[in-house]
Order: sequence, then C-alpha cells, then structure tokens
Amino acid sequence: MAGISKRFGPTHALRDVSLEVPAGHTLALIGENGAGKSTLLKVLSGAHRADSGRMTMGGQPYQPYGPSDARAAGVAMIYQELNLAPDLSVEDNLLLGQPGTGGGLLLRGRQRERVREALDTVGLTDLDPRATAGAQSVATQQLLEIARALVSNARIILFDEPTSSLPQRDVLRLFEIIRRLKASGLGIVYISHFLEEVREVCDLYSVLRDGENVGHGRIADVDDDRIVSLMVGRDVDDLYPTVPHEVGPPRVKVERLQGVPYPRSVDLCIRQGEIFGVAGLVGAGRTELLRAIFHLDSGCTGRVLIEGRPVGRSVPARMRAGLGLLSEDRKSEGLAQDLSILENITLGTLKPYTRFGWINLRRRRRAAADLMDRVQVKAASPEQSVAELSGGNQQKVAIARILHQQADILLMDEPTKGIDVGTKAEIYRMMGQLAAEGKTILFVSSYLPELMAVCDSIGVMSRGSLREIRQTKDWTADEIMSVAIASDDPVAGTNEPVLEA
Amino acid sequence: MFEKLKHFAMQLGPLIALVVIFVLFAIADNVFSEGYFLSLYNLRVMLSSAALIAVPAFGMTIIIIAAGIDLSAGTALTLCGTVLAVQLKNAEVAAGEPGFAAAMIGALLLTILAGCLCGLFNGTLISATRVVPFIVTLGTMTIFLGVGQILAGESTVYAPTENIPRWLKYLCYTGSDGSKYLIDGLKIPTSVLIAAVLAIGVGLLMRYTVFGRNVFALGSSESTARLCGINVPMMILSVYTLAGFFVAIGGLLYFADVKNGNPTDGTGKELEIIAAVVLGGGSLSGGRGSIMGTMVGALIITVIRSGCMQLSIPNTYTHIIIGVIIIVAVIVDQLRHGSPEWFFRLLPQRTDNSR
Repeated sequence: MAGISKRFGPTHALRDVSLEVPAGHTLALIGENGAGKSTLLKVLSGAHRADSGRMTMGGQPYQPYGPSDARAAGVAMIYQELNLAPDLSVEDNLLLGQPGTGGGLLLRGRQRERVREALDTVGLTDLDPRATAGAQSVATQQLLEIARALVSNARIILFDEPTSSLPQRDVLRLFEIIRRLKASGLGIVYISHFLEEVREVCDLYSVLRDGENVGHGRIADVDDDRIVSLMVGRDVDDLYPTVPHEVGPPRVKVERLQGVPYPRSVDLCIRQGEIFGVAGLVGAGRTELLRAIFHLDSGCTGRVLIEGRPVGRSVPARMRAGLGLLSEDRKSEGLAQDLSILENITLGTLKPYTRFGWINLRRRRRAAADLMDRVQVKAASPEQSVAELSGGNQQKVAIARILHQQADILLMDEPTKGIDVGTKAEIYRMMGQLAAEGKTILFVSSYLPELMAVCDSIGVMSRGSLREIRQTKDWTADEIMSVAIASDDPVAGTNEPVLEA
Repeated sequence: MFEKLKHFAMQLGPLIALVVIFVLFAIADNVFSEGYFLSLYNLRVMLSSAALIAVPAFGMTIIIIAAGIDLSAGTALTLCGTVLAVQLKNAEVAAGEPGFAAAMIGALLLTILAGCLCGLFNGTLISATRVVPFIVTLGTMTIFLGVGQILAGESTVYAPTENIPRWLKYLCYTGSDGSKYLIDGLKIPTSVLIAAVLAIGVGLLMRYTVFGRNVFALGSSESTARLCGINVPMMILSVYTLAGFFVAIGGLLYFADVKNGNPTDGTGKELEIIAAVVLGGGSLSGGRGSIMGTMVGALIITVIRSGCMQLSIPNTYTHIIIGVIIIVAVIVDQLRHGSPEWFFRLLPQRTDNSR
C-alpha cells in the first residue's frame, strides 16, 4: 500500500502512510497508543475506507468495500478480542461466512477436509471439529481464528497484539505457528508493543508516529533504543499550561492492592497537592488500579488509607473519604446520556439540597449552574441533555460532578481521551488549579507527552504491576517506554536467582 | 428556557393524542350513533376504568423508568383482590357491626402486604440473581396465579354483600345517585379520587426526592449509578416493592369493581398496564417515563375502548385498534429521538454514497 491517508473530522489519523509486505515475510508495525496502527489495520482489512492512496496485492489493485470483501480477497485480521461465535462448534466457526454452501445448505462434509487441514496447520491436531468453540481455552480460540483465516485462503494475515491475552507457554506456540505460516509463503503484519517479541518473529519493521511513517527497514539492522526514540520522538510545546502548586504531606496510601486479575499487589503513596501520573500500555491494568482504589469492582483485596486511616470497602465509603473517579468510558459509564447536565452533575449527591426528604430544586439548579461556570461547560442551559454536548463539554460535566461530590482525591482515567486540543489545555490548567487548591490527582493516560508535562511524579505500569515510580524530571520518555514494554513476569519473580548457594 | 419548553412539549405529546382521539370519537358518535359517548355518565365510566389501569401503572412507570419490567403485575393484582375477598368472606362480623372496623383494617393491611411481598419477591430475585426482569417476572406471573388459585380454592371467591362496607361497595360507582359518592353530591367516582391523590404523590416522589432521582439515574445508566455511589441492589428492591404497593391498591379497586376475587382475571392485565406506560412516553430501555403520561396512556386505552363500544364496533376490532395505536405511538416517540436510522437516511441528501 502506498500513500494511505485517513481523516476523522479535523484529525488526521493517517497521513501518507506506505507499507510493503513481501510474501513469506513478517512485518512488525510499531508505534505508541494512538499512533494510527489500528486505523491502518482497519483500512487494510476493509473496516475503514482510505481517503486517498492506493493498495495493491500481488500486482492487482486491492480496494475492499468491507471486511467480507477483504476476506474474500485474501486479507484476514486477527483482532485483540476474540471474534468467535462461542455457542457454535469449531467447524461451524471456521466455515462461518464461507462460500461452498449448496443452495443455502451448509454442506459440512465437503468442507471437512479443509477444516481438518487448517486445524493441523495451527497445531490443533487432536481437536474435535464438533467441539464447542466457546469451551476452548483463550489460546486455542486464538489458534482457531488463525485456522479460520487459513480456511478462507488468506494470503495476508494481520495480527493485532496477539499475545496480550496469552500466557508465556502459548506465546511460544503462537510464534512457532507464525513462523510456519511465513514459511508457507503468507505475508504477515504483526502489531505488538513488546520489542523482544517483535525481534523473535518479525523480519521487517515500520514505525508509525502521529499517523505518519517515521522509519522502516530490516529489524536486524536496528537496536531497541533506536526504535523507542522513533516511537516517542516528539516535541513538547506550550499546549500544556501548568499552574504552580506545592506538593504537601502524604495523603493517600495504597497497600498491596490486588484485583482479578489486575492490579497485582500495588503499593503507592500520593501526596497532597500532587499530580501523580500513571503511564503504561493499554491493558497494563491502569484503569483497573483506579477502579480498585475506588472499590468499584468486587473481588479486590488490599488496603487504601487516607490520612493514615483505612477506608471502608464500598463505593459510598470511598466517596465519603473524599475519593472521586472520572471514568474512562464517558459514553456509557461516566455519564447518564439520557439525563440533563444538571442531573448528571448532581447525580448521587443530592443530600445538600434535601430537607425532610424533599429536594430543593432551585438550590440544586443554582449549584449545578455555578459548577458549569467553574469548569466552563458550553451549553444552552443546565437542562440540556448531556448527549447533545461535544466530547470536551461532556468531560467537563463529568469533572463537575466529581467536584460536586466534594472529592479531594481525584482519580482521573484518560481525562483527555477524544477531546480537541483546546479543551485538553483547559483540562490541564484545571488539574493544575485543583492541585494548587491542595487536591490530590491520580492521572492515568496513554499519551506520554501530557503525563510528562503535567505530572509531578510518574509511575509506570506493566502487566498489572506498578513497576517504577520517579519524579517526572528524573524520567525520560524512552525510559518510561522501556519500562512499560518490559515483559518479564513480576509474580514469578525478578530475574535474580532467589536460591543460589 | 428553550430546553424547558422542549421538555414540556415532549410531555404534551400523549395528551395531544388523547384529545385528538377523544374528539374523533365524539364526532363519530354524534354522526353515526346517539351521542351517548359525551354523556356525563359515560365520562364517569371512562374515568373510573382508566383509574383501574392507571393505579397499578404508576408502579409500572417507576419500574420502567428504572429500566425494568413487571409481567407479574396482572396476576399479582388479582392475587391481592383475592386476598381481600377471602378476608371479607371469612369475616365473622357484618359491615356496620361493632368489631368490623378492625377486621376491615386487617383485611386492607393484608391486601397491601400481599402486593408489597409480591414486589419484594420480584425485586429480590432480580437483584440477587441478575436474571433479566422480563424472565424473572414471566416466572412469577404464573407463580402468583397459582398462589391466588390455591387461596381461592380454584374458583372465584364471592364476598357476601353484607360483609362489604358501603365505601368499598361504591368505590367504583359511576351511577346517577349523588349520595353514593364519597363526597355527597359531587359525582366523581372514588376510584378516580384515589388515582388522582396517588398520582400527585408519585409525581412528587419522582421529582422531588432523592429516591425518585436515583430511579432515573439507575434506568438511564446502571454503571453510572454505581459510579456515583448509588446502592443499586437496594434500589431495585425498593422499586419493585413500591410497585407492589400500587398493584395492591389496584387489587382493591378491582375487587370494588367486580365484588369478587378471581385469580385468573389477572392474566393479560399486565399488558394493559405496560401499554398505558408506553403510550405515556415511557421507554422500555429505561430513564424515561412520567406519571402524567401514564395517566394519559390509561385514558387513551379506555377512551378507545368506550368509543368503539358506543359505535358498536365489535370487540375484535377494538383489540386491533388499540394494538395499532400502541405501535404508532412508540414509532412516533422514536422518531422524536432520531430513530430508526434508516428512515432519517432516506429523508435528506445521499451525496455521501456517491464515491
């Protein structure tokens, strides 16, 4: 493919990207979160149409009209999340959407050989094709997806972070299969954050940053440092207004916080007036950490102490202790989309306006309007439905609610996700002001530059554990990146031998 | 200000529909029939039978705003009526004799308790098992029917007339004798007065109390409600139990209407109740619905039924008309919210697909 561009509104997701995958080779697509890797794969697999540029396959122009068209042309995609119909049999899953049905009847017999062959290729030699797909392990299901690609005669297979949900043993098996597929002449595109994995299975690499190609070549010719600096190399400009604030005494202490499966035994101490950043890759357990501190999901163990006192194990108890959570999922969890701005801001905290069980609607409206002014929500009136607001304004409403809850410790999960640059700057300034007022902020973000610009200290998470905490000035982007992509298993212990006489 | 107006107009939709239907029937009745539809007597009859639907529908409105559904409302309602009938049948003192007041209060309390227990049972099952309300109440629908039949000894329970106090006897009275109404001379059926008082009560409850606002929050987005520290299981429990209270009052009105308790009468009533809520603008996906709307919905159903009767339209066609109106009402309501997408794609330009 050459010169691919894709725009979503005013933002360029892809800008003039070119890519080449020779048959029998594996190309690693590398980039930070939001660099445009997934968009590129979606263009390749037909889920999105490119605005400009052209694609060819085997010399023929390739212009898929949709995912099924791409599949028919020989491009198959293995997504991060599994896409099998869990209630159907293995065999039916592999044949799903396949031609070869006779007049609407599924002629399984005729296809059985192809199914068997595909299962053998992916190493599932003793799996019964009539077994239920949903009953198989995650690793087996992933192999089934690959087998499905083989049944559809794929010539190119796209892998989107295939190892993120696999245990180590199965990762090795997957690599073995990828090598076998490569040897049989397929072209493979492989997305992963873990550089050592990439070295293991890929021949070529291509680095994306902000939707552009910034480097490509043979993977054997570059070292990790070079790839990391290609990924993060970016100037921090004055998009990040800061407000001077003073970091005070310790405020929140988290001890051995453990969830299912993430976070993994996290210890943490955050100070008054501090903005503490949590960096890490998508799926590293950062959201889970915030939710565990807020006790939103059951099954967490460990303690949270505020001002030295342990807090109760329920959301209302945590809220009383001064915690407030800004959800990453603004659309379905962060806000009740059907309700008005007014309702959303005061949701769950109506006590201040209530006398003898009756709400004083006028006082509630005034309080909500004041908060709207404070966070500068642009809306017709407090009665306007939240669903009609832009993403940035919605986020401000969500922040207004935490302020309305009188929260002192703000857990902010991706507060700038899907927001225009101007509003982002407003939110950074607001965070600075809140810290200057003595509030404590825990700031999770996938966008490293904003963390580096806004936070006093940054902790890096990887595979559920909080790996390393330093003051922001002691970090470099490259160092954060290399901690985030470290893949050693923390529970199995560090690499130091424990017992060695 | 504009938002407030828009909000008000949305509430007005069902009312406009009611007025249109009412006027159409009034004209048709004047032209094709003897103009009986607009008589005061018929208006009283319509209001009273609307009250019979509206009261349990208030509870259903709360449930539907909370994104739930209660298919067991119909059989729970007749179960309550049967409980009352059995109590009055077994009362050892006749109405007016000393000691009857205590027996009557006991019977009433038991009736209300039965309704609340039905609701509590639904609520407990739903919040404890997380099975969808549709399935849970589909099951309890037949359970309540069975319990009612056991109570009734598998037949209709007739309470002897002398055991029914005067106020209960004339609770749904719509005739011309002014002295038989609750307020002497003011010819408004007592059932309508009860419905009106309850409507004001629930309306205030939903608008001015923390409970009411939390119901809207829960129905609009359960995960947001959880995020805001609302005790979701407790809310579900209270919502269904409160709805059970309204079902019990509905059972009382039902008994006063037919003077007996027949558990099987309840099957199908739940659909009428749900239809009233939906006609009034309630959304089965939760977060939307209003008490005023539900009252209007109940009136729409009874006006259509009564109008068809006056015009001698056979019952079978009445069913079809009501069905069509429910579907049309929901489609209109959806159009106001921008759904279905394909319809709006058809309307404007389709320049985008030219590439």
